[in-house]
Amino acid sequence: MRNSKRISLLLIMLLIIAMTLSACGGTNTIKIGMVMPITGQVATYGVQSVNAAKMFVKELNAAGGINGKQIELVVEDDEATPAKTTNAFKKLVSSDKVVALVGALTSKCSLAITGEAQQKKIVMISPSSTNDTVTSAGNFIFRACYNDSFQGQVVAQYAFETLKGKNAAILFDNANDYSKGLTQNFKDKFLALGGTIVAEESYATGDTDFNAQLTKIAATKPDVLFLPDYYSTISVISKQVRALGITVPMLGADGWDEITNNAGDEVIDCYYSNHYAPDANDPEVKKFVEAYKAAYNGETPNALAALAYDSMNILCDAIAKAGTDPDKLQAAMMETNKKFVTGNVKFNDLRNPVKSAVMLKIVKGADGKLTTEYSGTVNP
Amino acid sequence: MLLQQLINGFTLGFIYALIALGYTMVYGIVRLINFAHGDMLMIGAYTGYFILNALGATPSSLVLSLVVSMMVCAVIGVALERICYKPLRTAPRINILIVAIGASLVIENGGRILPFMGPNPRQYPQLAGSVNQLDVMGQQVIISQQDIIVIVVSIVMMAGLGYIVKFTKIGKAMRAVSHDTRAASLMGINVDRIISFTFAIGSAMAAVAGVLFASKYPQVQTYMGILPGLKAFVAAVLGGIGSIPGAMIGGIILGITEILSKAYISSKMADAVVFGILVLILMVRPTGIMGKSLKEKV
Repeated sequence: MRNSKRISLLLIMLLIIAMTLSACGGTNTIKIGMVMPITGQVATYGVQSVNAAKMFVKELNAAGGINGKQIELVVEDDEATPAKTTNAFKKLVSSDKVVALVGALTSKCSLAITGEAQQKKIVMISPSSTNDTVTSAGNFIFRACYNDSFQGQVVAQYAFETLKGKNAAILFDNANDYSKGLTQNFKDKFLALGGTIVAEESYATGDTDFNAQLTKIAATKPDVLFLPDYYSTISVISKQVRALGITVPMLGADGWDEITNNAGDEVIDCYYSNHYAPDANDPEVKKFVEAYKAAYNGETPNALAALAYDSMNILCDAIAKAGTDPDKLQAAMMETNKKFVTGNVKFNDLRNPVKSAVMLKIVKGADGKLTTEYSGTVNP
Repeated sequence: MLLQQLINGFTLGFIYALIALGYTMVYGIVRLINFAHGDMLMIGAYTGYFILNALGATPSSLVLSLVVSMMVCAVIGVALERICYKPLRTAPRINILIVAIGASLVIENGGRILPFMGPNPRQYPQLAGSVNQLDVMGQQVIISQQDIIVIVVSIVMMAGLGYIVKFTKIGKAMRAVSHDTRAASLMGINVDRIISFTFAIGSAMAAVAGVLFASKYPQVQTYMGILPGLKAFVAAVLGGIGSIPGAMIGGIILGITEILSKAYISSKMADAVVFGILVLILMVRPTGIMGKSLKEKV
């Protein structure tokens, strides 16, 4: 009896030693973490982003990796909720020991982990969190997209100058950093241009009934309606907008990407700002779109996929230059200055890239399905 | 504008009332807050989604989807009671409550991994609807086709339920079990059968609410039942839990206060106002608007 206990103890110890050794054996790879909403309200974004990042890793590894080392991407799902993002971050850092992080996708999720990433000196690049405060946590936090103060201004300018709207109404999510930030920036710019905000109404995340707010908005007779939220909520709001007889154009920001697959005819002739137009005549865009279509059943990559691809590219370029030491990697990130799929990236002091935005118009395509049409570029 | 907002409030209130009926019936019979009730709504909505998607959104397929989703949910509701709640019927009440919360989490998270439901929100097919503009006392009022469907179907369902409970033999048995389970079983009433029947009816009501909810707010996802379920639970308590007319009144009051506080006080404060009113009403009438005092139960 006693003997068998000893033997089992010995076996357990051997097992532990074997496991530690095998963990040490993996020094020939560089681990990069990725936190993305693969399920939930913005799942289409997360899935496409992961696809694009995996495609990049495959291309890079096929070309020999970074200085002979292969890249390993460890992906965690955050379901677009801040609490799950924190858990995923902790797992990636303490258990997978990733050297850098791509994520999160939504601003509220990124904000949940920026403090800790800065403290632990993990270089983090969010592909698509546009809220202004995301990079304020410190010098280790980067993003690959423009921020909301720019995006809100772009939409406001477009509404006032191109659509000739004088009175704007806004309906936003009061519990969402992305939506609140865009509302503020849109409002400031629209007022500065000489327009009037006739209504500013809000709702809570998860609400499905917007009739009370929209009835109020309808009574103020706006020229344009600004809806800064993600496509799944917009598809519910937009139906109620039209059902209450509001016929003015609705405007949105990059959260509207994918609306064409998630809404009906009610969003025709509406506009939103985005990071890139997949039909743009640009060699980087063409190469990326073709490679993505070839790898994923002919699906057209959305802007978030392009940003995730660029984020991986920016990060791996920096690792190739400086290795995985946190401080050196951070310095190499700051030196980035290259043209990527979504435009030229050069970080400013706040680690935000200075890039242009495109406005897209929703139209009915030749095949009867909704699609987007390039409608202008706004430079910073 | 007030008239328009009242219409908005009524439509929302009718949906809350339909869900609240299921809560209140189950509570009336087995003294259990069935937290998985909101998930019955979700299952009902998904059943409707599959039928409407397969047959196309026409009035007849909408009727079919209502009937089929009622049957599906009734079966699942009875199964839920048999598997999860029946073995615990003599256990302390808190245990069965925790089981109900657990069942709810299993259903909504289980749905996320089922390939035909999945974690992503989906667009619900809507009837090619017209928007009706009416002139009432010189005011333009808009009622959408969905609103009319919601109100008509809800009234029919509530009337049907009222008839079953008041005028049929099984309804009489339900009232007897609700009043005193042991005495009812001594009088030869098959209590297990009545409880199963109650779950079937309550779940069928949730299924109807689910199909209506999804056709008014056209999106289905596995967590869709949580928020309306919670609001309807509040409506049931507000009306006096266990009381069927109470659930209807509670639902409509909740819907109208929610819309009116969004419209005239502040859309940011709406939930705080609604739940503030709930606290006030319960302070004055702890058993809810139509609730009976608990003394006679003991």
